[in-house]
Amino acid sequence: MLDNSEGYVTEDGRKIGGVVMEMKNITLRFGGVVAIKDISFDIREGEIRAIIGPNGAGKSSMLNVISGFYVPQEGEVWFHGSKRPQMRPFEVAQQGIARTFQNIALFEGMSVLDNVMTGRLGYMKTNIFQQAWWKGKAEAEETENREAVEKIIDFLEIQHIRKTPVSRLPYGLKKRVELARALAAEPKLLLLDEPMAGMNVEEKEDMSRFILDVNDEFGTTIALIEHDMGVVMDLSDRVVVMDYGKKIGDGTPDEVRNNQEVIDAYLGVSHD
Amino acid sequence: MPEQLVFAMEVILNGLMAGVLYALVALGFVLIYKASGIFNYAQGVMALFAAMTLVGIMNGQVPFAHLINAIFGTHIHYFGWNVPALLAIILTMGVMVLLAWCVQRFVMRHLVGQEPIILFMATIGLAYFLEGVADLMWGSEIKTLDVGLPQGINLWIDETTFNIFDYGFFIDNLDIVATIIAALLVAALVAFSQYTKQGRAMRAVADDHQAALSVGISLNFIWVMVWSVAGFVALVAGIMWGTKSGVQFSLSLIALKALPVLMLGGFTSIPGAIVGGLIIGVGEKLFEFAIGPLVGGATENWFAYVLALIFLVFRPQGLFGEKIIERV
Ligand SMILES: Nc1ncnc2c1ncn2[C@@H]1O[C@H](COP(=O)(O)OP(=O)(O)O)[C@@H](O)[C@H]1O
Ligand SMILES: [Mg+2]
Repeated sequence: MLDNSEGYVTEDGRKIGGVVMEMKNITLRFGGVVAIKDISFDIREGEIRAIIGPNGAGKSSMLNVISGFYVPQEGEVWFHGSKRPQMRPFEVAQQGIARTFQNIALFEGMSVLDNVMTGRLGYMKTNIFQQAWWKGKAEAEETENREAVEKIIDFLEIQHIRKTPVSRLPYGLKKRVELARALAAEPKLLLLDEPMAGMNVEEKEDMSRFILDVNDEFGTTIALIEHDMGVVMDLSDRVVVMDYGKKIGDGTPDEVRNNQEVIDAYLGVSHD
Repeated sequence: MPEQLVFAMEVILNGLMAGVLYALVALGFVLIYKASGIFNYAQGVMALFAAMTLVGIMNGQVPFAHLINAIFGTHIHYFGWNVPALLAIILTMGVMVLLAWCVQRFVMRHLVGQEPIILFMATIGLAYFLEGVADLMWGSEIKTLDVGLPQGINLWIDETTFNIFDYGFFIDNLDIVATIIAALLVAALVAFSQYTKQGRAMRAVADDHQAALSVGISLNFIWVMVWSVAGFVALVAGIMWGTKSGVQFSLSLIALKALPVLMLGGFTSIPGAIVGGLIIGVGEKLFEFAIGPLVGGATENWFAYVLALIFLVFRPQGLFGEKIIERV
């Protein structure tokens, strides 16, 4: 295991920094169901951290705990070296943690551009009255945010659908727009819940490329949930494996691949 | 020009102006409904409450005077000052924001995620509660409201139309001013929701709660804001109707006028509220003018509802409302 607090350098030469987020002994229950059972792990600056496991393992629940949508009964969340008090989801977002959802949560009534613009709301500082009386400043701010958004739209190659209402887009593109909105916030930590679920091979390849590029170009720390073992092994620096709410593996893709408990869990899954 | 046509023109003009006021009340409903899915039955009582508060502040009334006197055996009723209209309007707006905060903090916040019917029933409770509070605060007697809006026949229109048609239109100055203010308010609301940060956040919340949270929007803040804006709309409507026919309980019934407007325009559309208001306003005045005498008059009481019902049969989502699609 790599637990050197200074970070490490990956095989492809990317520098991974110290721990930015640490989950300590998290337990989450829904009535009688224990979705997460005493799990600890950390996420380092600049790395791509995957959470894998069969359906119902508790992966989404873990992401929801990080983003404040679920409140665990036990355990602590540490962010940038200090214990995080209980926070509501919008406060977590304001701290620089952006996310996408397994079941896509977009503003269906808005265009792609407007959707991505909402990711910039935290950067809009002028208030209603300034916007009304001090037009110049509000316009400058709008232009600045528009430019940032256009850059991301270009980056994710969705220029051609900028003005399209999101409700008319096919599934794969919706996933990409959701990623664009999360990126527009220039997050310190990006959480992706099954970004490639339900995509065909080509779309999966595109999405993988985007995730790698985001990490590479913006240095964004990414935690992602994925079902497809192959994809995860290619993408991630370190992997947490969950099964029935428990952590059954944690390490580099190679370490995890050779872990007997992990192999068993996945063999179990391939039978259903 | 035939006489009947000239009369009809006057009727249409009056109808348009009544329609703008209907639109204003309907807009208060649409704002809250869009942002939170709540059909706010208390919108009309909010207009009454706003108007009573405005009158009370202007006259220097001591709030809850009856209660205070009953408890302490005192006889205070007035502070002995008068507050200028503009300042009183600003103070009343402050009260409406406070009301919005209380509604969110003590009622709606605890009902997040409940069925729409439960939210609706909560607003019925709110309506009766607010009505009681208004009476307790300011007394239940009928009051006159005069914030200095011009009233009476507009002589210029009267003369001009007389010179053209040989018949002078009777248009009330108050209606003209109300129309202008309502139109400005509607324009301001549209600009607010389209171009400001808070307006964008409001549209986001109206569209998807989860997504809104994930981009850092506080639902509570937006809901307080929306109830405040609805309170502002109620205040403006309260001033117009209160000036026209006195501040009394019946003022809260103007909310009922908004119902057919909403059925016509759709519950989620701002342009729908405007166009719906105008159609109802003109429709009911024209109907009364043309058909009223044949059926013994008073058609204005029911025409709007019948029109809305007929409309509902053919286009249940309203003129501009989002199409209702059954999700499977
Ligand atoms: N909001 C919720 N209410 C009740 N049970 C939940 C909720 N969210 C998740 N669960 C339960 O927690 C367990 C883990 O679910 P989830 O985190 O969605 O798994 P995964 O994302 O790994 O497929 C499941 O048994 C699921 O039914
Ligand atoms: Mg999941």
